[in-house]
Amino acid sequence: MSLAVKAVGIRKSFGSHEVLKGLDLEVAYGEVLCILGPSGSGKSTFLRCINHLETPNGGYVWVDGAIMGYELNRGALQELPVKRLRAQQSQLGMVFQHFNLFAHRTVLGNVIEGPMVVRGLSRDEAEARAMGLLEQVGMAAKASAYPSQLSGGQKQRVAIARALAMEPRVMLFDEPTSALDPELVGEVLEVMRNLARGGTTMIVVTHEIGFAREVADRVVVMIDGEIREMGAPQQVLSDPGDPRVRSFLSRVLA
Amino acid sequence: MPHLPHHSPAALPLIDLPGPDVTVRRLRHPGRWISGGIVLLLLAIIVRAFAVGQIQWTVVGQFLTAGVIVTGFGWTLLISACALALGVALGFAFGIMRLSENPILRFAAWLYVWIFRGTPVLLQLLIWFNIALVFPRLYIPGLVDERMVDVVTPFVAAVLGLGVNEGSYLTEVVRGGIGSVDRGQKEAAHTLGMTPGQTMRRIILPQTVRLILPVLGNSAIGMLKFSSLAATIAMGEMLNAAQRIYFINGAVIELLFVCAVWYLAGTTVLSIGQYYLERHFGRDAATATSDRRGFWAWARRPAARGEA
Repeated sequence: MSLAVKAVGIRKSFGSHEVLKGLDLEVAYGEVLCILGPSGSGKSTFLRCINHLETPNGGYVWVDGAIMGYELNRGALQELPVKRLRAQQSQLGMVFQHFNLFAHRTVLGNVIEGPMVVRGLSRDEAEARAMGLLEQVGMAAKASAYPSQLSGGQKQRVAIARALAMEPRVMLFDEPTSALDPELVGEVLEVMRNLARGGTTMIVVTHEIGFAREVADRVVVMIDGEIREMGAPQQVLSDPGDPRVRSFLSRVLA
Repeated sequence: MPHLPHHSPAALPLIDLPGPDVTVRRLRHPGRWISGGIVLLLLAIIVRAFAVGQIQWTVVGQFLTAGVIVTGFGWTLLISACALALGVALGFAFGIMRLSENPILRFAAWLYVWIFRGTPVLLQLLIWFNIALVFPRLYIPGLVDERMVDVVTPFVAAVLGLGVNEGSYLTEVVRGGIGSVDRGQKEAAHTLGMTPGQTMRRIILPQTVRLILPVLGNSAIGMLKFSSLAATIAMGEMLNAAQRIYFINGAVIELLFVCAVWYLAGTTVLSIGQYYLERHFGRDAATATSDRRGFWAWARRPAARGEA
């Protein structure tokens, strides 16, 4: 299995508050990794460090042969110009908790935006591919709707299609179902399950223990900015060695 | 336990309850009729006062379509349009600079707003008009070499004075508009690989325009009226034309009323245009033009903000 993502010693502070205390992580191609942990444990910040939405204060992230935001130059990390950073970021598909669909664009407009503007595809080509992706997430019928006319679950499925349209190496999900009404969670998890079955490399920050148990190849539990437990879901979720992980899991599984 | 009287007015025995088809009588509002009547009466008094006052309405009608007045109104429209275009351009340029990562650009934009929002627009017009006293020649190597009085005509001074002043207000409007576009929009654009320029042009600014459209509409209406200040710098727009006529024929109030009619016509057309523009852009959640029942419903809406 070849490596897709390797995070090395990621540290991040907001002011004097240290959110991430030196995290290491490796994700292989085709792997589905779920990051669990209590709120405030830094799991979203960690995900945002991986695609450089937050710049780590220490450490770096290697994605598919390049270091995010830097290039190695005479033994030091030289910061990249913003255009090259963006090109790297487009290799990582991001799905946000609050969808962040472009409010002034239709569903189709949201999905073709990246391929047209960043990849330089023609409108026809971008639309044809976008319709295929919308089909895949079950949103083709709503292609000409605006985000404000959609339910949360529909928005999130469009957001997934938008991220997939860039043909990313890895998909990142930042609590994709946390802002949804309970009855809408299922449709989004179903789309993610299908992606996982199709072999997409995924890093998923989530509270959905059931999804993690069923779909993840590996599970990471973060507490207070550290990885406290890592391994196969059966092992981590049913028999965690770390007492704080055990207490977190007993609270969410109760 | 408090003692409840047996025959309190609230006590309605179940047996007396009416059927489901019981008639409902609405509460009457005699106060509304009275206050409405008073206001109508006052309006009638005002209208009558003007009707019997010393105004020669035939003169008003006569000059309403006089060539000089219509030409003057043409200039009024041209000055307003040019100044508004300049103001919007400056507003976006400096509004974006206000949010720059570069502190020097931020400072320059702040300075612009501080100076031009902090001085009266009439004063600014007079300074632009007399700018030749400071710079007798406009000399840009290889491009321009002219006497300043030939470059800064009253028209140019009016457009510069009104436009630069408006730009200082719109700078703050644009800055606020950009600031109120959700941060997530920018993050989503970044994760798709869009550069800061692409993100600004394609994601942030279109949503900003929708947010600030009502303000821009008010700016246009305000500009039409503020253009009358150009009368003081010998610009032959409508008010100036009217003044030149009444200096000769003495029909002061008549000609001022002619101007009032034209200004009202102009602002009314702009208001209608603003309504349709907002409705057109209001098709997504970025703007809240919720009321789509029609122009008249909008025209009678409660005033939400002080319109210039």
